[in-house]
Amino acid sequence: MKESPLHALHLERGARMVEFAGWTMPIQYSGIIKEHQAVRESAGVFDISHMGEIFVSGPGAGVWLNRMLTNQLEDLGTGQGQYTLLLNEDGGIIDDLILYRILGDEYLLVVNAACVAEAWDWLERHAGEGVCLSNRSESYGALAIQGPESKALFRRMTESAAGELPPRNGLASLESAGPPAYVCRTGYTGEDGFELFCPAEETAGWFTKAVECGASPCGLGARDTLRLEMGYPLNGSDLSPDRTPLEAGLGFFVDLEKEEFMGREALLRQKEAGDFDRLTAIRMLEKGPPPRPHYAVYAGDDRVGELSSGTLSPSLGVGIGMAYLPTQFSAKGSALEVEMRAKRFPATVVKKPFLTTG
Amino acid sequence: MEAPENLRYCDSHEWIEAGQETAKVGISDHAQTELSDVVFVELPAPGRVVAAKDPVAVVESVKAASDIYAPVAGEIVEVNTALESDPAMINSDPYGQGWIFKIKVADQAETEALKDSEAYLGGIG
Repeated sequence: MKESPLHALHLERGARMVEFAGWTMPIQYSGIIKEHQAVRESAGVFDISHMGEIFVSGPGAGVWLNRMLTNQLEDLGTGQGQYTLLLNEDGGIIDDLILYRILGDEYLLVVNAACVAEAWDWLERHAGEGVCLSNRSESYGALAIQGPESKALFRRMTESAAGELPPRNGLASLESAGPPAYVCRTGYTGEDGFELFCPAEETAGWFTKAVECGASPCGLGARDTLRLEMGYPLNGSDLSPDRTPLEAGLGFFVDLEKEEFMGREALLRQKEAGDFDRLTAIRMLEKGPPPRPHYAVYAGDDRVGELSSGTLSPSLGVGIGMAYLPTQFSAKGSALEVEMRAKRFPATVVKKPFLTTG
Repeated sequence: MEAPENLRYCDSHEWIEAGQETAKVGISDHAQTELSDVVFVELPAPGRVVAAKDPVAVVESVKAASDIYAPVAGEIVEVNTALESDPAMINSDPYGQGWIFKIKVADQAETEALKDSEAYLGGIG
């Protein structure tokens, strides 16, 4: 089992640890609901050192990445980032990730923990002329600081010397004693916030500083409820190589106008055919048990799918979830039922996000 | 970690009032800490006759669902319906307002055979 550079700190602070994607990570410190509220109302800090950092550079890097990923990166300037997808030839999702352009021909890909090996193999196998790949997932740690007070917190953490956060989705370099460190205005909670990618040995210092400056330590439990309230997919639960971005409702991050990218033909064929399952946001209509992944979804007497994600939304106080459903059941307002322990509870299809923030 | 002395405890972390013909049942402070954030409780139907170790209720936290077992044989005579609107009372007051059901105890010897406070606390380390 892999341990984050913050492992000792987590134990010291009384975090409850769980296995996640081959890592021992904190599921919670003070409690999922409390941590969730801290992020919605002030600020929280998450250890995301399990995320992978893959650096891509060289004169061919931009053109090659644009062929490997779904989003259009031609217009991505230095210090800008974008959400994008890595697909296989069939248009299936290997990973969803953030691509940052550090400077000129130098890029950073932040990939999901469970996908580091797979994404790395895939990229290496397809690497072309003038492309240099470097997997620094082991030597880099990462933190996410999220919540409406993040901006002020950053100023306190850096004693204003480093100045302001980059704009939304942007990246800026941070002072670091060793290899470079970056601060990015991105996150997975729907709140303003930033993520720090820094050499592993500097991670504990940043974490401690964030807590001293007022961020509540948060675990993966709150990370999951926060992202689900926004309808953000989780790879491995909501995304898989058997599902395409069109099915997952991520078409916005796929530029089909690009002449060539991995999976494009499959997506064009699927779009043409038109009839495919959609990842659908479902909201429970009454109080009941929290919906959970794999619970069956019914329309009348027919089982039409199962939840890929589900939880009790701490902000809304009601069960929410997502499921791949045939199009005739995925329209807003469709009446559904979710089965929990042999009982069915009424639900309806809603538009994402479940919660409007900011 | 608290475990009042007037209660008896199961290895599955339920408590039951000692020496009561009709005894309240709930889950221990240790159990509520482990579960954290209780968001839903499925209560048994009053009148149900149960054997010791029968699953009779379900307590759900954000992360997981846990069965609650009858500590002793008997008849469920009352359930704490206040938990339906405020399940978090199991966290905030596990030995008081967070009680789950009352059971008419068939045989007091069964209650007495359970762990006392000291033995229970020793067992959870």
